[in-house]
Amino acid sequence: MTSEENSLEGMEEVILEFLVESAEGLDQMDNDLVALEAEPGNQELLANIFRTIHTIKGTCGFFGFSRLEKVSHVGENLLSRLRDGELALTPEIATALLNMVDAVREMLSKIEASNSDGEEAYAALVETLTRLKDQEATATGGDADAGPETDSAKEGSEGAEAAAVQNPRQDGARSKGNAPESPAEKRSDSESAASDDKSAGRGSLSVAESAIRVDVDVLDNLMNLVGELVLARNQILAYSLARQDPVFANACQRLNLITSELQQDVMKTRMQPISNIWNKFPRVVRDLSRTCGKQVRVEMEGKDTELDKSLIEAMKDPLTHLIRNAVDHGIEPPDTRLANGKPAEGRILLNAYHAGGQVIIEISDDGAGIDLDAVRKKATGMSLITSAQASQMHEGDLARLIFAPGMTTSKKVTNISGRGVGMDVVRANLEKIGGFIELDSVRGRGSTFRIQLPLTLAIVPALLVCSADERFAIPQGSILELIRLHPGNSEKGIETIQGVPVFRLRGKLLPLVYLNAELELDDAGRQADAMNIVVLQADQKKFGLIVDTVEDSTEIVVKPLSNVLKAIPVYAGATITGNGKVALILDVLGLAQRARLLSEHQERFLDVNATSAVLGEDDERQPLIITSGKDGGRIAIPVESVVRLEEFKRATLEQAGTRTVVQYRGKVLPLVNLTDLLQERRRKPRPMTSDGPDTADEIVHAIVYSIDGNPIGLVVDRILDILEHSKNMQGPPTRKGTLGTIVTQGQVTEVFDATSLQREFAAPRQRKRAASAGG
Amino acid sequence: MDTRQVCTFLVDDLLLGVETNQVREVLRFQEITRVPLAPAAVTGLMNLRGEIVTVIDLRTRLELPRREDDRPPMNVVTRIGDATVSLLVDEIGDVIEVTKDLYEPAPEHLSGVARELIQGTYKLEERLLLMLDVEKTVELDKPASFTAGVQTAQKSTLPETSLQ
Repeated sequence: MTSEENSLEGMEEVILEFLVESAEGLDQMDNDLVALEAEPGNQELLANIFRTIHTIKGTCGFFGFSRLEKVSHVGENLLSRLRDGELALTPEIATALLNMVDAVREMLSKIEASNSDGEEAYAALVETLTRLKDQEATATGGDADAGPETDSAKEGSEGAEAAAVQNPRQDGARSKGNAPESPAEKRSDSESAASDDKSAGRGSLSVAESAIRVDVDVLDNLMNLVGELVLARNQILAYSLARQDPVFANACQRLNLITSELQQDVMKTRMQPISNIWNKFPRVVRDLSRTCGKQVRVEMEGKDTELDKSLIEAMKDPLTHLIRNAVDHGIEPPDTRLANGKPAEGRILLNAYHAGGQVIIEISDDGAGIDLDAVRKKATGMSLITSAQASQMHEGDLARLIFAPGMTTSKKVTNISGRGVGMDVVRANLEKIGGFIELDSVRGRGSTFRIQLPLTLAIVPALLVCSADERFAIPQGSILELIRLHPGNSEKGIETIQGVPVFRLRGKLLPLVYLNAELELDDAGRQADAMNIVVLQADQKKFGLIVDTVEDSTEIVVKPLSNVLKAIPVYAGATITGNGKVALILDVLGLAQRARLLSEHQERFLDVNATSAVLGEDDERQPLIITSGKDGGRIAIPVESVVRLEEFKRATLEQAGTRTVVQYRGKVLPLVNLTDLLQERRRKPRPMTSDGPDTADEIVHAIVYSIDGNPIGLVVDRILDILEHSKNMQGPPTRKGTLGTIVTQGQVTEVFDATSLQREFAAPRQRKRAASAGG
Repeated sequence: MDTRQVCTFLVDDLLLGVETNQVREVLRFQEITRVPLAPAAVTGLMNLRGEIVTVIDLRTRLELPRREDDRPPMNVVTRIGDATVSLLVDEIGDVIEVTKDLYEPAPEHLSGVARELIQGTYKLEERLLLMLDVEKTVELDKPASFTAGVQTAQKSTLPETSLQ
């Protein structure tokens, strides 16, 4: 079959194959060139590069893409001199060759779009490539007749290659699938034969035979169908459980197994190695580091780690961004590195592996690490945090602020990064695909970004919960733990601080969100007998979602919502559950945003949690309740010995002897005013009980202590905040009953000495007990 | 002569019609999952053989009085482009052919929302057939309280502008 006989349709098919293969070849060439720069003597790499451009040149000549042929031809000439050892690879040559790869790629995309290699002749590039070839030849070769010599060499090589390309043409037209090797075997020139032996030795022929190209649409469709099958299986399983039919149950069991296997295998077809995106990075890093005047080496581990195609696509931009950041902000210039006792060449390590049904991708650099002072300055400048908070925040929390919108610590805005948009978008994009990003940074030692991703997006494990008789699915990925509060006890443990319900979870305050209230369900406000708290993680903040019941955990197929409903941020989609009903999938982040958990007042509580979680056993810091008295002074109360925070209506307070008391959980809770306790010279205590209808509904905030097993209520005027602070005092005690003074949120705060309460109550309590026994 | 095939149905005392090529199927009332926080006209979601379909109550959409009789409403499943939306109606009528000469623009006496959603009318012998603009019907205003949230969400998920 000759080219003239090809129908137009046939030609298009062949061109398409050519495009696909050339694109793959060019990507490989990018990497090979960068690798070659590090290892200039590697003949195998050179041969690979040469062969790729050679094949492209030959094939495009056959199709009549003359401009493409011209560019690849001069590139090939330069390469052939490199291969023959007549030239040494200089950075300049490498850059020119990489530019050529770009030009070829550009022309290929033009061919794809318009079937023509465009008008651009790349004259400058052709000139550079020719100049490099000729100039360097005189320099290294030292031949006096360089001019004519190169000309004839060019002629000669062209002649040789003309023979060589004949075969690829024919093979190309016949079957492109296994073309790369077969023409090579027939080649007469020794260099090609030698290089091809190596490629044949790698066994790529068998790969070509055992693999076929499949349209992605077909795979997507298959995945959808399997999704449907999973739903149908879930429905049948639910039905079989209700019926006591052993034969049916057996069949269901088989259906269940086969479906699971099929699901896994179909998922496998969509799996791609992460090297598909990573392969672009050596080139990106090379170009970038040259622009920044840095030396950076990229290392990769776990290149073959596979993940779903859709995830690969979605990961491309965030990863590129992180890599660019690492080069631009992370790695220092060579002289700085040397001054700091590091090798001049920086290192970026990409690592990927599977762990616990998830894919972990790490991007580490051995650069300067995150400049925490800059983050602190920037964050306070943007009023993300107060300067007092900034001074108290743990390093990990500070570094994590780079994920906040608008944060950049780059001193100058470059065209690469540092424009203030970035890490927040990276985080948002990752979270959109169910991923999660963490950061470890050590000043002067480097940063590591760790990304956790689900294996696939289409089918996710989820927990079904009920609230007000409606069922919702929560993706397992965002669930940290489940807490069940038993009937009657449900009130216990849930407290209110300034109108915000919180739960004390292992000493930490967890803000709570009532799902029924948040979704404005019918029974909002109704108090259930038993409550379940689903502890969720949104945006590195923890919160508890209160639902009526927790049902089973199941695999769900995420289906998108229609446009009208997409606008509601609390849903991530919908799914069909085992009983055939539709259930909405909750978007944890959207829910937290709707509950305003991620803003203002409540965020500060969350910060406390985040900080203390990081601090762990660190006993240097303690959580403090910051209160303000009538005179506006701030008093901090250590949370340590506090049992609960309570609110009482003023009308419920009673007078018993000299004490003000309130009935509390079947006991009498004596109350004492914090300010009275702290008076230097004790005056007459201020009356706390209601003195008229105006004050009857007023809320009295009481911090309940337990002293010798009996509760004591410490009454404060206002609870301002809860935060963490070092246990070390910053100033001496100002009066009796205080431990000293500290600075919180920029204001001097007295720290209350809880033991003074004990002293105060030791004797009077005896008195009161006698009084209540008598009455 | 130009004719159109129209699927007709009753909502309150209105005879409405949708061109048959926009109707995918007609179904009895199905179990519907409520969508909290959704616009009022959205009754919920239903499972249509594995596909999740949004259900819109035409009475609410057209601001008509609530359905009072016990008969369950019917689903007219419409398809516009890629979107499949079911409209809840009181009763399904016949599929009829109408000719162009009977067509007139929407009558003046229609009030409020109905006026926006009715494309035009056909003067049938016995009564007036109102042609429903399905596209506009399924296009609901987003609840105001979400607009802010939606905007931030969109802002934070724009990879094109920032990841280059």
